[in-house]
Amino acid sequence: MSDTLVLSKRWGKAGSAELAGYRADGGYRALEKALGMDSAAIVEEVKKSNLRGRGGAGFATGLKWTFLPKDVRPRYLAVNADESEPGTFKDRYIIEHDPHMLIEGIAITCLALDMHLAYVYIRGEFPKQARILEEAIAEARAAGIIGPKLLGKKDFDLEIHVHRGAGAYICGEESALLESLEGKKGYPRLKPPFPAVVGLWGKPTIINNVETIANVPWIVEQGGDAFAALGTGKSGGTRLFGVSGHVVRPGVYEKPVHYNLKRLIMEDAGGIVGGRGVKAVIPGGSSCPVLRGDEIDVSMEFDAMKAAGTMSGSGGVIVFDDSTCMVRALARISKFYAEESCGQCTPCREGTSWMEGIVEKIEHGHGTAADVERLEQIAGCIGGNTICALGDAASMPVQSFVRKFKDEFLRHTVERRCPYGEHGWGLDQTSRPAVVGAVRY
Amino acid sequence: MTNSAPLGAVEELPREKVDRFDRELAEIVKRYPPDRKAAAMLPALRLGQEIFGYCSTSVQALAADRLGTSPARAEEVATFYVMFHTKPHGQHLVEICTNVSCCLTGGDRIFEAMKAKLGVKNGGTTADGRITLREVECLGSCGTAPAMLVDEEEMFERLDLAKVEQIVGGLK
Repeated sequence: MSDTLVLSKRWGKAGSAELAGYRADGGYRALEKALGMDSAAIVEEVKKSNLRGRGGAGFATGLKWTFLPKDVRPRYLAVNADESEPGTFKDRYIIEHDPHMLIEGIAITCLALDMHLAYVYIRGEFPKQARILEEAIAEARAAGIIGPKLLGKKDFDLEIHVHRGAGAYICGEESALLESLEGKKGYPRLKPPFPAVVGLWGKPTIINNVETIANVPWIVEQGGDAFAALGTGKSGGTRLFGVSGHVVRPGVYEKPVHYNLKRLIMEDAGGIVGGRGVKAVIPGGSSCPVLRGDEIDVSMEFDAMKAAGTMSGSGGVIVFDDSTCMVRALARISKFYAEESCGQCTPCREGTSWMEGIVEKIEHGHGTAADVERLEQIAGCIGGNTICALGDAASMPVQSFVRKFKDEFLRHTVERRCPYGEHGWGLDQTSRPAVVGAVRY
Repeated sequence: MTNSAPLGAVEELPREKVDRFDRELAEIVKRYPPDRKAAAMLPALRLGQEIFGYCSTSVQALAADRLGTSPARAEEVATFYVMFHTKPHGQHLVEICTNVSCCLTGGDRIFEAMKAKLGVKNGGTTADGRITLREVECLGSCGTAPAMLVDEEEMFERLDLAKVEQIVGGLK
């Protein structure tokens, strides 16, 4: 398995966020190369690379790009830096440590897809990251890299703007993101039509995650085949996996897409604090079905994770040691989805609050076996019955926690209390130094 | 407009602050196509909040007026996003994450202890009006948990109760 770093190789270097440093390390060479390429050839390289969306869905990026109708202009690019799925904390480091890599990726993508206006939608809780990115964009504009000409050479005007969100998980959903970009509340849109056809202000729009776009310069420079070779089968490249929870070294680790989940936790992240065992792992952000500790010896590649009954989602791995109460954990996750449901669709608006209430009731010892059954029933009525995927995102954790840890739920109802008492979040709750790429936090 | 109190009245806002709002908003709207000014609603409300203290109905009316849209549109945005405050809060806003990764590293204990120390409930403001404390959803600091956001501007990570007490105590 390759140990090539595509995304995090410059993290932690002095001045890594500045244009001079980026250029000294060969930055904007890929854009230079792209200027001499046919736009169709750039798209072809991305298709060959087997790059799949890093935001959660894992959709083939090159294929998504081909959904743009041929003759409708303008087209827009929206880069998703909303990063709000609990357990996910990777895009912020690309922006903090290497914002020009993202800008170069945006420039190449816009050149390939004939787009002249791009927005980076960044969550409101990242003020520092928004500033870093705005400064880097201003630097690129002042240096003539973007603006009326690309790299001061090609007549191709490109503007990039940062649009800050204001605290709404739903705006990470691509059509809610567009609504928010248009200055509205984040209500997801009915699909189809998909944003590639009818997007921002009704025009064709490609929405890609920060990490997805940050891979584009490497793909153009080294070739799609080289990127595909870093991964396996239909998934190319490396990914930024974020590990949090009860591990010795939480942090962001760049690994091939098909890296083993157990190895990531037990070797890279140093295993479990206090030498305890792994009780459960959420492998790709809080919405992904949970795995039991004995199910984690699997590849994290998108399709492999699907075969294992879960999803590799956004690459946010949350680890629970064997002293954690799974009912307590689910209660918190359910509260999150109830809080963040936008309220547009009845099954999600009502169902998420019901689930939250029932899990809370069980956790506090007031639930019955019938309540455990009811949870599964409600979850089953939400998934697939809503406009956007938040309905599924809210029901998948409930279904998987109840199915895989049913004994623990029932024990709460029999003992009429939480067996873990005040230690529901585990016996060792202390914060530990994080490793982000090569940087220690 | 002065009679439509529920929608807020631009006329009630101090003139010099409105001028500053207009100056800064003029720069912000340049990021959007000229015929899509209403797209600037989120930055406009953020700017209004920064200048006038909170997102009152008058601030909402001002943003709507300048962006050529209805106060209803401004209100739905102001009430949808948790970072817009339609009521005044304390001098400092202290937001502690209690989502999963933060709780696995002690976030819930910090939040409970801070509520007790400050004598407030979730969302409450101290008697001297200095601190508003609230629990927030995932701040994207899971690897460096637990995390806290102060004044929606500065993120503090890898916290414990002593550090939080020190940071909150040091807020001017």
